[in-house]
Amino acid sequence: MATIKDRYAIAGIGHTEYSRNSGRSELHLALEAIMGAIKDAGLDFKNIDGIVGDHPSRVDVMTIGNALGLQKFGFFIETEFAGGGVPSGLLHAIAGIEAGWATHVVCYKSLNGSSKNSVPAFEFVVQPHELGFTRPFGLLDPVAYAALAARRHMHQYGTTSRQFGAIALACRKHANRNPNAIMHGEPMTIDDHQQSSLIADPLRQLDCYVEADGAAACVVTSAERARDLKQEPVYIMAASQACGPSLSCGTMDPTVTENETRLLARNLFSMAGLTPTDIDVLQVYDDFTPLVLMALEDLGFCEKGEGGGFVEGGNLEWPDGELPLNTGGGNLSEGCIEGFNHIIEAVKQLRGVSTAQVRDAEVVLVCGATGVPTIGLILRR
Amino acid sequence: MPYLPMPLPLPYEESKGFWAGCKRHELLIERCMDCHVYRHPPIPVCPECQSWNKEWVKVSGNGKVEGFTIVTRALFPGLPVPYNVVRVELEEQKGLLIIGNVIDCSPEEISVGMPVKVTFEDITPDRTLYYFKKAE
Repeated sequence: MATIKDRYAIAGIGHTEYSRNSGRSELHLALEAIMGAIKDAGLDFKNIDGIVGDHPSRVDVMTIGNALGLQKFGFFIETEFAGGGVPSGLLHAIAGIEAGWATHVVCYKSLNGSSKNSVPAFEFVVQPHELGFTRPFGLLDPVAYAALAARRHMHQYGTTSRQFGAIALACRKHANRNPNAIMHGEPMTIDDHQQSSLIADPLRQLDCYVEADGAAACVVTSAERARDLKQEPVYIMAASQACGPSLSCGTMDPTVTENETRLLARNLFSMAGLTPTDIDVLQVYDDFTPLVLMALEDLGFCEKGEGGGFVEGGNLEWPDGELPLNTGGGNLSEGCIEGFNHIIEAVKQLRGVSTAQVRDAEVVLVCGATGVPTIGLILRR
Repeated sequence: MPYLPMPLPLPYEESKGFWAGCKRHELLIERCMDCHVYRHPPIPVCPECQSWNKEWVKVSGNGKVEGFTIVTRALFPGLPVPYNVVRVELEEQKGLLIIGNVIDCSPEEISVGMPVKVTFEDITPDRTLYYFKKAE
């Protein structure tokens, strides 16, 4: 089986502003991002022959195709399990092009997650049969699930709330350089973090993502075609999905040494022929700080249980940190576009246009945090 | 009185203007300001030319039944079968279709090509639905 390494690229990106209230529908936002990405790639709308929507975008691929004036297109996917890990749209795009079903695929995500201005549609349901074992007992919401896992990690390894705060601080610092970040202009100190209200102990307000309205999109095509287009290609060195016992069962154990994030890391690093030390910048899905800390361990940036020490001392902060994290601000401070913002920021780093530009950034890892079905990508310029 | 006991449509960003028109007993169809093609249902970008410039245009309400069905099996108890569902082609543009019911017609009277005209029913003080009636 031929590897996909370096044979696919992101040729264009587009996104709206990220805000508390977009004042527009999710369809409107999606179209702005999608049309922006296609134009950024230097393509015409009619060059698009594959459309992949990441849920929960309440915006279906047929409506997008109709708006772009496509009478037909041969490849279309609406992905699942979004809202916890990085969206899987790009993997589907690669598969579709590899199989010969499309040549230029646009992937997108759109949500009014803050204003909730949404076409009333389906409820996003995760594995209904598990709900009987969680709902009756008040386990209703992802923050509570993350809290259970966080408390276990603290108990086992002595991880502290201040260490979770270090992750929040890094993301806020980066957001303060990014005018498009919702929390831009609002500095945070560790005392702010420690004094923020408890949501589900040990998680505080500032351990949790900021809801956002916005959309983001990108165009994926083969490396050869990307080289003929307008932008310098951002090559996909490696891509993989990974799923394990989900956080949403309520019983996820963050101390196990084999989980989906370990699998993701193994797949990505072996496909790319790299190790964690080769990663210049990291974009990790950051709904909740403890899960990011656990991901750093599971991805192999530090040993299991040592994430607390690893994140201290500004290690994750631009410009001097060893491993700058979420350089646009992440879900924690840029705004939760459910991982698509992480893809966009990774591309910006590799194009040299990030607001917290890491010098000589060559390789960026984008992935989900521990405990949620996700994908990962290793991108390079 | 609504023709069918169905939940009322919830206006959202793209459709707010349409339902506001219904409240005024006007049938409004979205039209591109650049290429002047009508489209329905409303959509932010023109499917013909991808322009963002659009306007609501009050149309005559005249059209022809382009297609129809008579639903005879009630999907849930309380649906008053048989009832009709029609696609009406509005006279302003070939292929400009809108879904509705012809509310003053027995199932036997409905035919493709039949001329109809829009009518409005105020269901609540805030919400008005459009339907169609036989035209001469």
